[in-house]
Amino acid sequence: MKLVKYDICVFTNISIINKRITNLKKTIMKNVVKIQEANPFSTNRRGFLKISGLGAVGAGLLFAAGCGDDDDPVIYTDQKYPGIRNGVFDLGGGDLGVLTYAYALEQLEADFYTKVVNASGFNSNFSVEQKAVLTDLYNHEVIHREFFRAALTKALPNAGSQLLPDLAFEYASVNFNSPTSVLNTAKALEDTGVAAYNGAGKLITNPDYLLLAGKIVSIEARHASAIRSLINTNSADFAGDDIVDPTTGLDVARKPSQIISEVVSLDFVQTPFTAQFLE
Amino acid sequence: MNILKFLESFANEDVLNAKGSRRDSFGQFKKIGSDMALAAVPFGLASMALAPQKGAAATMGLAETPISALQLALTLEYLEEEFYQTAVDTIGLIPLVGRERLVFEKIAQHESAHVDFLIAGLGADSIAKPTFDFTAGGLFNPFGNYQQFLALAQAFEDTGVRAYKGQAANLMSTPALLTAALQIHSVEARHASEVRRIRLQKGWIVGNDRGGLPEQAQAVYNGEDNTIQAGFNTSTVNGIPAGAGSESFDEPLTGAEATAIASLFIV
Repeated sequence: MKLVKYDICVFTNISIINKRITNLKKTIMKNVVKIQEANPFSTNRRGFLKISGLGAVGAGLLFAAGCGDDDDPVIYTDQKYPGIRNGVFDLGGGDLGVLTYAYALEQLEADFYTKVVNASGFNSNFSVEQKAVLTDLYNHEVIHREFFRAALTKALPNAGSQLLPDLAFEYASVNFNSPTSVLNTAKALEDTGVAAYNGAGKLITNPDYLLLAGKIVSIEARHASAIRSLINTNSADFAGDDIVDPTTGLDVARKPSQIISEVVSLDFVQTPFTAQFLE
Repeated sequence: MNILKFLESFANEDVLNAKGSRRDSFGQFKKIGSDMALAAVPFGLASMALAPQKGAAATMGLAETPISALQLALTLEYLEEEFYQTAVDTIGLIPLVGRERLVFEKIAQHESAHVDFLIAGLGADSIAKPTFDFTAGGLFNPFGNYQQFLALAQAFEDTGVRAYKGQAANLMSTPALLTAALQIHSVEARHASEVRRIRLQKGWIVGNDRGGLPEQAQAVYNGEDNTIQAGFNTSTVNGIPAGAGSESFDEPLTGAEATAIASLFIV
């Protein structure tokens, strides 16, 4: 399963060509996010899932992988570490890949709520209760993001190149001055977070990491419940049949590739990244 | 092999949907502490005294295997199921219409589903339903006093969230079980948030505040004020109030701690 440098260089060169083609296509198909399945040059990896972001190719994330006389082989010989592959940041695999994936989701949530509480109409358009809940969610998600940043910086052998950079986000479909728009987006993000952590738990091999994920997912579920309750107070939507199967009483669990597709379809993440090693 | 049976049951909807004969089945669950003067014993202390006793309850407290983890889960789900079903059926307790009726009927439905799910999954390792006393020996009156019902509901949901979290590592060897337990865990958290908000509390636990519950419930909240996560101090994030740190992470209960809390309500 190991890649040799030569293969990486081939990948990188092909990737550069592919990228140029992709960029050309982008100029034609503006604002279309694509999920490209299956790298045709790789037969030994499953589910290559490439997310092409929106015009963010120059966002600083896409610097070319070195193919010359680089003597540090760590990122190339261990496929599982997060880092630049084929010119795009890959979330990696294994426990650190799962944590990096969670970090990406927490970056999105933290960024979203930062924009929510700083919107010009936040004080005037939102009820006291809505403001209290959304402010708490902002606080919690920023803490989650900073926790992952710190934990991954400590856990990654070479955080300088392996720590997921700050992703760029845009929310063209969200009206931050509209409680309805904000709450519905929050509901999607929180439910997605719950499903993501529920689905990723079994991919974690270190019990300490599993416990940390468990400590966070129940907060996401508490958030989702509160947001749903704010949207439709006189109802059982806090754990509605759309999200909790009434026969089994089970919440949603989705694997990373499904979650990433869902998140991409929201059209918020502008920075390209890949998740080649997460199922 | 019980684990295999459990895994198979996931693919067998008939099994999952079958109510089965759990109400008349005999299990390994033994009565514990019926002679204790529980009314005087706070949550947690009760079963520290009870822990050395023999029987499944003591085994349950160890909860170090997938089976024992699920047996603990089933005990807690039995407790919640009977608690909510009794409340929903008690005329004059929960308002007949409106939010709270819808909420508690939904929660009762979920807890019943969890019980059925775990019984089906545990198969021969299932345990019979204990006899519950939700007054805890006369300490509470949840079916005659709505505010006490709400307070105990909060305590049970927050306990459930913490207890499942504490069992996750015991299920790592059985990924399908782990995923199912996580899927129940987040439902308990959704319940906890809604019950807390009905009580005009935040949906998340603030420090180790028991939110107006009687002091006997403090064991449910002890340790929730932790602010150090993998060496990171959650209370010192730039620009964020210190109190948000412990709010943003829920903490686990050990099997022994969860058993101790449940034991207060087991005759």
